[in-house]
Amino acid sequence: MTMDAAAPHCLLGMFDEDYTLDDYKGAEPRWCVGCGDSAILAAVQRLCRDEQLAPEKTVFVSGIGCSSRFPHYMHTYGFHGLHGRALPVAEGIKLQRPDLHVFVITGDGDCCSIGTAHWIHAIRYNMDMTVLVLDNGIYGLTKNQASPTSPLGLKSNTTPQGTVLEPINPISVTLGIRNASFVAQAVDWIPELVHDIVDAAFQHKGLSFVRVLQRCPEYLDGRYDAWVKDPGKMLLLNHENGIQTSPALASVYKNHEIHDPADRNRAREIASTSDPIPVGVLYRNQSIPCYENPRGPDRLYTPDVVKGVLEKELDRFTIQAVGGGGD
Amino acid sequence: MSTQILDETRQPAEDVTNADSSASRADKSRSASRDKDAVILEEHIVEVISDSGEGAQRCGQSFGSIAARMGNGIWTVEIIPAEIQPPARSIAGASGIRIRLASRRVTNGGDEADLIVAFNEQVLLKRVRDNELKPGCIVLIENKWRHDQDAGIAASYAATIDKLIADGHGVHEIPMEEECLRYVDNAKRGKNMFVLGMLSAIYSLDLEAARNQVAFAFAKKSSAVVESNIKLLNAGHEWALENLDMCFRIPPSDVHEPQIVVNGNVSLGLGLMASGMEICAMYPITPATSASHYLSDVFHNVGGAVHQAEDEIAACAFAIGASYAGKCAATITSGPGFALKQETIGLAVMAEIPLVVINVQRGGPSTGLPTKAEQGDLLFACFGGHGDTPNVVMAAADIEDCFYSVIAARKIAETFNTVVVVLTDASLASAQQPYPRPKIDTDWLAPPINQNAVPEGAKPYDWDATTGLANRFIPGQPNGMHCLTGLAHDRMSRVAYEPDINEEGMRSRSLKLAALQKTLKTPLVYGGDEGDMLIVGWGSTKGAIEEAVDRLRADGHKVSSLHLKFLQPMASGIGDVLKRFKRVLTVESNWSDSLDDTIIDEENRRYSELAWLLRARYLVDIDCWSEVRGQPLKPGVIATAIREKLHQKGK
Ligand SMILES: Cc1ncc(C[n+]2csc(CCOP(=O)(O)OP(=O)(O)O)c2C)c(N)n1
Ligand code: SF4
Ligand SMILES: [Mg+2]
Repeated sequence: MTMDAAAPHCLLGMFDEDYTLDDYKGAEPRWCVGCGDSAILAAVQRLCRDEQLAPEKTVFVSGIGCSSRFPHYMHTYGFHGLHGRALPVAEGIKLQRPDLHVFVITGDGDCCSIGTAHWIHAIRYNMDMTVLVLDNGIYGLTKNQASPTSPLGLKSNTTPQGTVLEPINPISVTLGIRNASFVAQAVDWIPELVHDIVDAAFQHKGLSFVRVLQRCPEYLDGRYDAWVKDPGKMLLLNHENGIQTSPALASVYKNHEIHDPADRNRAREIASTSDPIPVGVLYRNQSIPCYENPRGPDRLYTPDVVKGVLEKELDRFTIQAVGGGGD
Repeated sequence: MSTQILDETRQPAEDVTNADSSASRADKSRSASRDKDAVILEEHIVEVISDSGEGAQRCGQSFGSIAARMGNGIWTVEIIPAEIQPPARSIAGASGIRIRLASRRVTNGGDEADLIVAFNEQVLLKRVRDNELKPGCIVLIENKWRHDQDAGIAASYAATIDKLIADGHGVHEIPMEEECLRYVDNAKRGKNMFVLGMLSAIYSLDLEAARNQVAFAFAKKSSAVVESNIKLLNAGHEWALENLDMCFRIPPSDVHEPQIVVNGNVSLGLGLMASGMEICAMYPITPATSASHYLSDVFHNVGGAVHQAEDEIAACAFAIGASYAGKCAATITSGPGFALKQETIGLAVMAEIPLVVINVQRGGPSTGLPTKAEQGDLLFACFGGHGDTPNVVMAAADIEDCFYSVIAARKIAETFNTVVVVLTDASLASAQQPYPRPKIDTDWLAPPINQNAVPEGAKPYDWDATTGLANRFIPGQPNGMHCLTGLAHDRMSRVAYEPDINEEGMRSRSLKLAALQKTLKTPLVYGGDEGDMLIVGWGSTKGAIEEAVDRLRADGHKVSSLHLKFLQPMASGIGDVLKRFKRVLTVESNWSDSLDDTIIDEENRRYSELAWLLRARYLVDIDCWSEVRGQPLKPGVIATAIREKLHQKGK
């Protein structure tokens, strides 16, 4: 075959394999108008397009909640499972299929209340997956009950007098777990940074934990208005090992900090600030080992290999009559 | 006594191996000469009981293995105290093992013991209290306590011995420790091997085989340890030959097939590997855990992994994730963990993800009897889910069946894209029984993960109108992208609340059980095809029930039994079998109210679990007999219960 003949064919092939944004769009989203989830979805779809993730090799796993409807709106494989149980499902998927790109979408109730045990342990396992907690500080789907991240004093259907407990800070908690290897925070109203932060998370080998502050106009209207209106109340974290804000964005959000994501102590301090709201990669450590179970060396376990192993195992337990018998 | 003394001449003594050492020749000629005087038995039940940590279980297991190697049928049952380190010399601390050995194949632990070796009188008293001694039981007991410095101990020992003798037991006081100290410094480590030697002499076992067994049991230890244990074994053997005036022989039957000797949990682990499953997620819980111990040791050799999750919910969700993304996975647990898994099991049923859930049942409810046997989770396994969750339930009947059940479960789970619950229980978990070495068939293995493109237009839930079956799409398959959901969904896996669609999904999932049911064979009746009473059982009680039926039939009763492997769905033809008998009685190891209780009557009686199921399905007035003593059911107890039922008038 000559080069001339091959070239157009090859170009055609490239064109075929180019995934467009539409290739990642699933069912029509049913979130409320103005719901922060929509912007996050769009940012993630852009990320998939930019990374050219094969839709069939990509799985979005979620729990139950408004936010957990997310996988339905992607045109990839999706697993919309049980309230709180997205992480262990995703771990099973990843252990079985390291070749798949695994994303987990969970809510503040899903992750930090009913799924707390799984959250803590998922951080500890540090399997290679990208976890987005869409934290709206409320139970959206079940219609306005306080969540573990609800601001102190929030009036909701279950706390008509206002909540009396301090909220959990998901990033502080995550940073407290020794094996945490990637911790970041984003806000739905700066979609460009959602994209960049999730991209950094996706690039990271290990479990990347991204809390996305998400607006719920239905039940917590105006909660972040002050920050949305005043870019000065945002703190952008920049670093060559984290994300680098684009000049355009930097001209709007002037409050920056050069933060080295290797600095865990500073990361903890940043994590505990809620005003200004920090956005960026707080912590990143490439050297934490990923949970790799003793699945045996990476080779082909053909039926014959398996049979061979089994025969050996049976040998261990086999008894052959030594004397007896004979009558 | 069930042991029968046969005509000695029918069983000529034989020279067993052609070992060449002069020592072993000497042993042999002496054994052989004693062999001629050996009392020939069909079977015996032997127990070795000690404080925990004294090695009674290793002794008994080795004893059983040697007997099995010689071709005897055996069944061993571990006697496990509830605490890890109970106080020494305490009744609650009795730790040990029962070995039932016989000429023929043994299917259960039997009734009471014929011979007990006890390391102190307190642990023996536990067995006395539990009525585990046959009348005239032979007792071999460590005699050092008679002269214990603590007067209380010496008195307790003396009183116990006197009482045992008065009760007609044949007591032999043995200077075990004293003898052992001639060979080792610490008799606590090694007395068990001395006892093994004694037992080998008493039961005319081949000493060479015993030495090999000891070498095998201590294979991981240094050669010094092996040597010292063999010394003690020899010493025990020698001592018994010199000092004990008893010698039995249980002629082995004609077994030529190679057998494997494992307990029920190892059998499950082997079955898991042979089924081609690659992931087993679990959270430690007695009595299921040892299956994962075994698997953790070897699973990686076939590319598999045991995942110890943070809890049972996570374990089940993890297995579901693994199944969803590839081959069917398993999760293994016991009652409390099984309860935690219910919501996730429901998800797998709803989303039609294959999953094998093994429940090694223990006594319940709540934390219940963690180390003890019960069959209390049958109805829970069938109906534990909220809403309609048609999952398959099957039960392993014996150690061998643990192996094959898992293989069948994997295949069914993957063929029908649903959950298969396999029930075993504590009585199988640690019991050992030889069974024919499986002939591994690569057809048992799961097929490779399908990564072919899904045909254009195919639907993820394209339920077949007749069978309810649909192909599932596995991540990685081009064109198969869809969002699986635990919400009600249509054929495209879209969330759907429409009444018709909901009913269609319900119907399809339910039809799959019927489709499986069409493939199940009617189980065979044990005994006669019709008669006065049919005993129906399930799970680990099979051997004991059939032995009870044998005894009753030998006495002329028209009693048969039927054992169910599939509890949900049940094979066709069972209703017809039930109708061929005048009465039907389930025998189970779970709670049922007794009509003897004053306020219990036919209108409020709570039946045993299988009885509920059978009554509901077959509209037959089925009675039940059950026990929840935490022990495996005994054939003798079952036979007595059936006899009483047979004598009950009317009904
Ligand atoms: C076991 C269980 N308990 C409770 C629920 C009800 N439930 C569904 S979503 C939800 C809370 C959702 O809150 P969050 O995770 O913050 O998600 P959001 O809707 O806010 O995105 C609850 C309590 C459930 N589905 N399952
Ligand atoms: S309730 Fe809140 S979180 Fe849920 S969709 Fe509406 S706006 Fe979004
Ligand atoms: Mg929420």
